Amino acid sequence: MDIPYTVAVRRDTGLNNGKIGIWLFLASEVMLFGALFASYILIRTGSPNWPRGDTVLDYRLATFNTIVLITSSVTMVMAWASLMRRKFGTFRIYMAATVLLGGVFLVVKYFEYSHHLHLGEYPSHSNFFAIYYTLTGLHMLHVFGGMVVNAYFWGPGAKLWEKNPVWFTNRVEHSGLFWHFVDLVWIFLFPTLYLL
Amino acid sequence: MSEQAVAAPKHEHDAHHEELGFWRKYIFSTDHKVIGIQYAVTGLLFLLFGFSLMMLMRWQLAYPGAALPLIGNLFGEARMPGGSMLPEFYNELGAMHGTIMVFLGVVPLAVGGFGNFVLPLQIGAPDMAFPKINMASYWCLFLGGMTMLGSFLVPGGAAQSGWTSYAPLSVIAGTGQTWWLIGMIFLITSSLLGAVNFLTTTIQLRAKGLTFMRFPFFVWSQFVTSFLLLLAFPPLEAAGVMQLMDRVAGTSFFLPSGLVVSGQVLANAGGGNAVLWQHLFWFLAHPEVYVLILPAMGIVAEIIANNTRKPLWGYRSMVYALIFLGFMSFIVWAHHMFMTGMGTTMAAFFQTTTMIISIPSVVILTALIVSLWGGSIRFNTPMLFAVSFLPMFGIGGLTGLPLGLNISDIPLHDTYYVIAHFHYVVAPGTIFALFAGIYYWYPKATGRKMSETLGKIHWIGSLVCMNVVFMPMFIVGLAGVSRRLFDAGSGYDFAQGTMHWNAVSSWGAWIMGLFQIPFIFNFFYSIRNGEKAEGNVWQATTIEWSAPSPPPHGNFAIPPQAYRGPYEYSVPGSDKDFTPQFEA
Repeated sequence: MDIPYTVAVRRDTGLNNGKIGIWLFLASEVMLFGALFASYILIRTGSPNWPRGDTVLDYRLATFNTIVLITSSVTMVMAWASLMRRKFGTFRIYMAATVLLGGVFLVVKYFEYSHHLHLGEYPSHSNFFAIYYTLTGLHMLHVFGGMVVNAYFWGPGAKLWEKNPVWFTNRVEHSGLFWHFVDLVWIFLFPTLYLL
Repeated sequence: MSEQAVAAPKHEHDAHHEELGFWRKYIFSTDHKVIGIQYAVTGLLFLLFGFSLMMLMRWQLAYPGAALPLIGNLFGEARMPGGSMLPEFYNELGAMHGTIMVFLGVVPLAVGGFGNFVLPLQIGAPDMAFPKINMASYWCLFLGGMTMLGSFLVPGGAAQSGWTSYAPLSVIAGTGQTWWLIGMIFLITSSLLGAVNFLTTTIQLRAKGLTFMRFPFFVWSQFVTSFLLLLAFPPLEAAGVMQLMDRVAGTSFFLPSGLVVSGQVLANAGGGNAVLWQHLFWFLAHPEVYVLILPAMGIVAEIIANNTRKPLWGYRSMVYALIFLGFMSFIVWAHHMFMTGMGTTMAAFFQTTTMIISIPSVVILTALIVSLWGGSIRFNTPMLFAVSFLPMFGIGGLTGLPLGLNISDIPLHDTYYVIAHFHYVVAPGTIFALFAGIYYWYPKATGRKMSETLGKIHWIGSLVCMNVVFMPMFIVGLAGVSRRLFDAGSGYDFAQGTMHWNAVSSWGAWIMGLFQIPFIFNFFYSIRNGEKAEGNVWQATTIEWSAPSPPPHGNFAIPPQAYRGPYEYSVPGSDKDFTPQFEA
């Protein structure tokens, strides 16, 4: 049995199921990170001595990671655009770049974490590090999740391209929406934690 | 255009799906009807389990410290030495009763069960928009439920910090609390996946001609409920992650500086905010109250329209009230927190929004009551339960007003009055509506009706006992007895005058347990032996009755269309007293 509007667009809503689904999911993600940011504000305003981000964290590494994520967003769009232009080979290159850039982000994050852990700055060190590890950790899980999905579309999931190119293109677009969201969360995280 | 493209390959698939094996068809099914039934049965089992926990607690409350006869020794020396209950075990039962009833009983039944089974049928859809995600959401719930059940067996027992898990108590509590948090993360994931699916299905897969204002009220109620789940649950997930960090990684999100535990200052970073947990918790848990009640209102509206043989009175007002209720439910949460010392400005804001949110509830209830006026009412079992919902929910709602006002909440806060209030909303309110829904849609799911006689015994017994259980709690609560006392306050002078009411409540609960036996028997017996009820057994107007009972995989042979509003009963000049939505 086939579900209507999995691929085709429903005329009166102008959308297919997947796109509504991913936007609704992102709405719930906004609430998830929103709650954490709100908690950050509440805990910070209630604290007598909150360190400025750049005095404890390495903003240079974070700036590098910001550039990495923004670049990966660009390659993500290019991957989708290649499919729209029916260039599957180019799609593979851009998609691989997206996944690899996600990997670079995680590696940099690994060095950053191990540096702090080496200094004894565990989550229990202070509430600054508590919220730092919680927010960046949750964000990192999202990066990892996005990478898994993108790698799937690069590899085994790409079989769908042969059978139903429109459906496959839609899926990559929806995965891209998630990837841009993860990028956007970082754009908020970066100044909040590393600069302010 | 695209509908035809989709309808064309259907026949080959219909022939194909018959070959699904047992596991794919009944256990790991992607059919919304099977998943709906899985949800419903899971929900019913957890309701029974949660109720059993309460029946145990009621012994301790009726006869504090007395040994429980017959089964008291089964719980072991660590929980009930010599058959009399330890306070720790009482706290476990209390915390898990609340958690299980709300997150594993009512929500899976009302949203997962009825939503999954009825909603796609009512909008004329072949299935949910994302059948695999639908399956995943059921199995997340299942894992969450197993985690919660498993937590009873860990050293120190299950969570003991109440279903609200207030910090800092919950942070310094035993291992059971960690299990509780992990279980909650599964349950939240399940609800989020479900909500995305319900919303997409409702928006995208509704039949041709089924505009939003032609939706049955039940569909509207599930639609608004899904928005609440989608947007209110993530903050609790965030809070759960933070509490997990506090417990596992030693952070201090919810631990203030200088916290003294058992005479010693806790060695942690401090600087956290215990009230933050309450804010995040109630930001979910107040909308959650509406998640519990809105599907119930939807079910009651369907059954009342069907059995009064009249259109719902004020359908549009009800829909607007419902949407307004949904919005408002996000800005009333801190009325649970008048005792935290959050300041009079905050309290004034939240008591005002709380008074405002009572208006749409009253609009819906009034519309339902007025709908009864002048109808030739059929008093079958679903209708009896649905009609009893109205006064019971009315009592629950009206007794909530004093709790919503700062000044009158302070003496009543955390007393048995609160317990009585919200149980009137949820137990004889929501659960009665759920029973009504089971009796009403049972023929749709099985092709047979449940026994009316047994149903009526179940109804009258439950109705009387519910009131015997909860009415005395208003009296006990007004005397000032706190809901958290494991001995029902037997050590306090002010509680002495109302102690005997506890026994009344308890006996009410136990007898009510007996009155559920006809229901359980009826539920299983009627699968094979009920009166045959194929087709439109209740002479209803909504689209689910145009499908065969039980509907096959894919539901409808030909995609249905909606030609009119949902409740065209007793149309003047028509030869029958119902004009279905799906008939041209």
